[in-house]
Amino acid sequence: MAKDLKVYWRRNVRYMIVLLSIWFLVSYVFGILLVEPLNAIRIGGFPLGFWFAQQGSIYVFVVLIFVYFLLMSRLDKEFDVNE
Amino acid sequence: MSIQIWTYIMVGLTFGIYIYIAWRSRVKDTRGFYVAGGGVPPLANGLATAADWMSAASFISMAGLISFMGYQGCVYLMGWTGGYVLLALMLAPYLRKFGKFTVPDFVGDRYYSTAARIVALICAIFVSLTYVAGQMRGVGIVFSRFLGVDVNTGVIIGMFIVFFYAGLGGMKGITWTQVAQYITLIIAFLIPAVAISMKITGNPIPQLGFGDTIAQGQDAGQYLMETLNKISVDLGFAEYTSAFGAGQKSMLDVFALTLALMVGTAGLPHVIIRFYTVPNVRAARLSAGYALLFIAILYTTAPAVAGFARYNMIKTVNDVTYAEAPSWFKNWEETGLVAWMDKNGDGIIQYRAGDAFKGSPQFTGEKGSLGQLMVANAPTDSPNELYVDRDIMVLANPEMANLPAWVIALVAAGGLAAALSTASGLLLVVASSISHDLYYRVINRQASEKSRLLLGRIMIGVAVLIAGYFGINPPGFVAQVVALAFGLGASSFFPILVLGVFWKRANREGAIAGMISGIGFTMLYIIQTKFLGVDPWFFGISPEGIGAVGMVLNFVVTIVVSKLTAPPPAEIQELVESVRIPRGAGAAVDH
Repeated sequence: MAKDLKVYWRRNVRYMIVLLSIWFLVSYVFGILLVEPLNAIRIGGFPLGFWFAQQGSIYVFVVLIFVYFLLMSRLDKEFDVNE
Repeated sequence: MSIQIWTYIMVGLTFGIYIYIAWRSRVKDTRGFYVAGGGVPPLANGLATAADWMSAASFISMAGLISFMGYQGCVYLMGWTGGYVLLALMLAPYLRKFGKFTVPDFVGDRYYSTAARIVALICAIFVSLTYVAGQMRGVGIVFSRFLGVDVNTGVIIGMFIVFFYAGLGGMKGITWTQVAQYITLIIAFLIPAVAISMKITGNPIPQLGFGDTIAQGQDAGQYLMETLNKISVDLGFAEYTSAFGAGQKSMLDVFALTLALMVGTAGLPHVIIRFYTVPNVRAARLSAGYALLFIAILYTTAPAVAGFARYNMIKTVNDVTYAEAPSWFKNWEETGLVAWMDKNGDGIIQYRAGDAFKGSPQFTGEKGSLGQLMVANAPTDSPNELYVDRDIMVLANPEMANLPAWVIALVAAGGLAAALSTASGLLLVVASSISHDLYYRVINRQASEKSRLLLGRIMIGVAVLIAGYFGINPPGFVAQVVALAFGLGASSFFPILVLGVFWKRANREGAIAGMISGIGFTMLYIIQTKFLGVDPWFFGISPEGIGAVGMVLNFVVTIVVSKLTAPPPAEIQELVESVRIPRGAGAAVDH
C-alpha cells in the first residue's frame, strides 16, 4: 500500500472510532448504564434516560451514519480514491 | 363498506402492484438474479433494505411487546437499529468493494478455505430458514384475521405470491417489490399512530405526543408518561418508565440482549446481501443511512404506539363492566387473543399484574351469563381477570381508536407487506447459498450461466415449500429458534467479517476455530436453557442475549489462533488492502 493510502486508512479508522464511541455513549451508557440517574431529569413528559433508550439513541444512530458518509466522501476525494 | 370488502380491495390492489413490478423486472442472468445487476440507486436500496429488515415481528408484534415491557422494550428498539451503525461503518462499504454475490463468498475468499465457506453457508441457510418460517405464519395469521380464510389457506396464498415474484425477478424483482412494500407498510403503520396520538394528546406527531400531556378526560393536562406510571403502579405493575426492578431483567442482561440484537442485525445475511446491489462503495455507505432513516420512522413510532395502546387499553377496559366493554374487545375475544375470566363474579373486568389463568385461553364453547366466552383454564391466585395477547396491540389499534374501516384494511395490507418483503429477501439468501455458493463454487465450477440461473429458481421453489411447510405445521420451537438465528448471526459472521477487513493478520485457522467456538458455545447455551430446562448459568444472561458472549469468544479465539499460526498468504493481504480502498468497485464481478 502506498504511503498516502496508509494515511487514508488511518483517518478512516479514526472517524470510525470516534463515531462508534458516540454510538456507545448514547445507547449503552445513557440508555442502559446511567438510565436511572438520567431518569431524574425530565424533558417535557420524558424521563431523560427512558427517552434515550426508546427514542433519542435512534435519532443519533441515523445522524452518525450520514456524518460518516459525508466525512468519507470528502476523504475519498482528498486522497483521490473516489469513483 | 365493510372491513371485509375494504380488505379485499387493499390487499388485492397491493398484491397486483407487487406482481406487476415483478413482471416488469424479470431477469435473464445470474447478476440480475443475485445482485439486481448491481445498479440499484442508494435511495431505492435504502427503502428495500428497510422493508427487507422489518418483518411481521417488527410490524405486528414489537409495539405490543414494548407496551407490556415498558422501559425494557428498549432492547428491541436500540438493538434492532444500532446494528445499522456497525453495518454502515464496519461492513457494508468493504463488502461492496469486494463485490461478489454472497456473504459466504467473502468468507471463503478472504480466508482462502472451502471449509470456512461451507461453515458460512450452513449458517446462512439455517438463519434464513428459521426466520422465514415465522414470516409465513405471520402471513397466515393476518389473512385469517382480516379475510376470514383458514390460516393454512393464507400461508398457501402467501407462498404463491412470493414464489412468483422472487422466482421470476430474483434480487431485481425483490428489490423493486420491497420498495412498494415499504411504502405500503409505513403508511399503514403511521396513519393509525397519528390518529391515536391526535386523539389522546392532540399532538399529530406520535414521537412528540408520546411525551406530551393528555388532552381530555379525567387525566387531562397530565403528562401521558406520568399518568401511565401512576396507573401501572396502582394496578400492581412496575412504573412504565422505570428501568430495573423486581421481576424485570437485570442491567447486565439488558446490556447483553441489546448487544446481541445489534451485532446479530449486522451479521444477518439477508441484510448484508442488499449492499451488493448498489453501484459503488459511496452508494453502499449512503444506502445504509437511508435504510436506517426509513427504519427509524417505524422504530421511533412504535414506542409511542406502545404507550398510547397501553393507556387506551387500561382506560377503556379496566374496571369497566363487561356489558360496557368496547366493541374491539368483543371482536378480538372471538379470535381467542383476548379473554376474560370473572373470578370474583362482579361482572367487572379487573386488569391487574400477574396472569389471569394458566396458559393461553382454552374456550369451552359456552357463553357466560354476560355473554363472555368461558375459558376452561385453571385460574391463578392473582386478582387479574384479563388475558390479552401482546400481538393484538398494533392490529387492534385502529379499532380501539374507532378509525374507519379502510384504515383497518390498510393495516392488514401493511402487515402482509412486512411479512412478504422479509420472506422474499430470506428466500433469496437460501437460494443463492445453495445454487451459487454450494453448487457453483464448491461442486461444479464449470456450470453454465443458464443452468445456474435455473438452479437458483428451483432453489427458490424448494425454499418456499420448506417455509410453507413450517408455516402450516409450526414446530413448537419457532419462537425459541429466532433467538438462535440472532445468536448465530452475532457469534458466527460478525467477528470474522470485521476482522477480515480490519486485521490483515487474521488467517484461515483462526477464522475456522473462531466460528466453531462462537457458534458452538452459543448453540450449547441456547439448547441447554431453551430445550433442556437448565437455568441460565452465565451471569444469568438470557438465551436471547448469549450471542453477545459468543461473539466475544469468536473474536478472542480467532485472534489467538491466528497469532499462533502462519500469517495469510501475500495475495490475501493484497485483497484486504484493495477492499479498503473504494476505487474500482465496478460491477459485482464473478471471477
